[in-house]
Amino acid sequence: MAYSDKVIDHYTNPRNVGTLDKSSHKVGTGLVGAPECGDVMRLQIEVNDENVITDAKFKTFGCGSAIASSSLATEWLKGKSIDDAMKIDNMDIVEELALPPVKIHCSVLAEDAIKAAINDYRVKNGLAPIESAKAHH
Amino acid sequence: MNLPIYLDNNATTPMDPRVLDVMIPYFTQKFGNAASRNHAFGWVAEEGVDYAREQVARLIGASEKEIIFTSGATEADNLAIKGVFEMYKDKGNHIITAVTEHKAVLDACKHIEKLGARVTYLPVKEDGLIDLAELEANMTKETILVSIMYGNNEIGVIQPVKEISAIAHKYGALFMTDATQAVGKIPVDVNADGIDLLAFTAHKIYGPKGVGALYVRRKGPRVKVTAQMDGGGHERGMRSGTLNVPGIVGFGRACELCQQEMESEAKRLSALRDRLQSSLLELEESYANGNQDHRLPHVANISFKYVEGEGLMMAMKDLAVSSGSACTSASLEPSYVLKSLGLSDDLAHSSIRFGLGRFTTDEEVDHAIAVTKKAVTHLRDLSPLWEMFKEGVDLSKIEWAEH
Repeated sequence: MAYSDKVIDHYTNPRNVGTLDKSSHKVGTGLVGAPECGDVMRLQIEVNDENVITDAKFKTFGCGSAIASSSLATEWLKGKSIDDAMKIDNMDIVEELALPPVKIHCSVLAEDAIKAAINDYRVKNGLAPIESAKAHH
Repeated sequence: MNLPIYLDNNATTPMDPRVLDVMIPYFTQKFGNAASRNHAFGWVAEEGVDYAREQVARLIGASEKEIIFTSGATEADNLAIKGVFEMYKDKGNHIITAVTEHKAVLDACKHIEKLGARVTYLPVKEDGLIDLAELEANMTKETILVSIMYGNNEIGVIQPVKEISAIAHKYGALFMTDATQAVGKIPVDVNADGIDLLAFTAHKIYGPKGVGALYVRRKGPRVKVTAQMDGGGHERGMRSGTLNVPGIVGFGRACELCQQEMESEAKRLSALRDRLQSSLLELEESYANGNQDHRLPHVANISFKYVEGEGLMMAMKDLAVSSGSACTSASLEPSYVLKSLGLSDDLAHSSIRFGLGRFTTDEEVDHAIAVTKKAVTHLRDLSPLWEMFKEGVDLSKIEWAEH
């Protein structure tokens, strides 16, 4: 199966690889997937007082599409408000990276990671987690 | 050095130019049907087939009359299992095989289960070998066939074929082996090993694709299989269909070359493989899979913990290797062979098979080592699991959200 140029680009030069201080109240961490399924994503966001994501980092165990999906997600997250970040849909990632049907689950995982990071941030700051309207599992 | 480097010789091998040379006349000039008895075109083709049959038989210590040409090992496996079941089902309906067999064997067994066979799928020990005591414990009066592969395609372990055949014979069962990965790589002798049926193919031994053979013992005991392909009664009635003369001629030459070069080649390849493996095991948290003492000389299967196989292969695009992970399927199932060794799913997902071959050079192995080390390091830098491992987090204690 051939990967799209965008997947290869993100895979070869992943953006925003790294780790934020997960104990900080400004940082939300989402850890999704499972090693036995062959992919685990950790996505972290740092949020300022205006509810804007100022930084995003990821680390992913998985195939090229999973790595590219999470790399792309961090690019999109930076500078977005929490509300706008919640609107990122896995199909946007599928479209941007031209993922084939067998790799759609990678984009789903990235969307889950975004939502998990936001909810982690919300819970840390005394807010209720937002229930996702979509049921992926 | 040409890139990418081919290190997937368990999947298929390039054809040796010396094999191609002998095949070419059989496409255009000596194109006759080997079954045409009444003109020279047929006789010439038949002569080519006869000569090849001797070359093929000699490599496994058989008589040329015991070789049934097929389209490949998959067909040979099918013919052996379905053909033996059909021929001997009045004697008994029980067949024993192992969970690490090739799909051609497992699926043929699944097929005959629907026709009334009872099949025992033996587990393997964590080194990939079957437990002989367990085999014996499963033998019954109803057992007509034991089918255990010679060398495994994914991890390269060599089963104790001689001991297995002795157990099968002790209980009056036939012994069949899928020797696709072993023939031409290590000495295989149907008499010394007590083999009654043996499947193998040309394209794993530097011959053409589309041709293989089933060895069917003729003496002590005389083994028969019911044909699975009906037609002109070729191959002593066991496999109808016009013979693939150029393919068979190439198969013969490929067998002859293996016989001549096997000993030195096995030494060269195992030295190269050992160098590759020991260099890669210098990486932290990397493990060689399968029994290390009873192993084909050209195979190494290594798990690099905390990186995913498919992602790893993408970083190793200069290398043509194979991964135990298949993330493309809906089920995300890792290799059933590795899982049957007791490897956890995540470790099975993290494995790479390196298959060296006749045309693999020292320089290529050096490059493969460098590329693999760099790729593993790159992916571990990206891996949250690696970071957690380094922080001392026990990954088995985390509640993962399975998807």
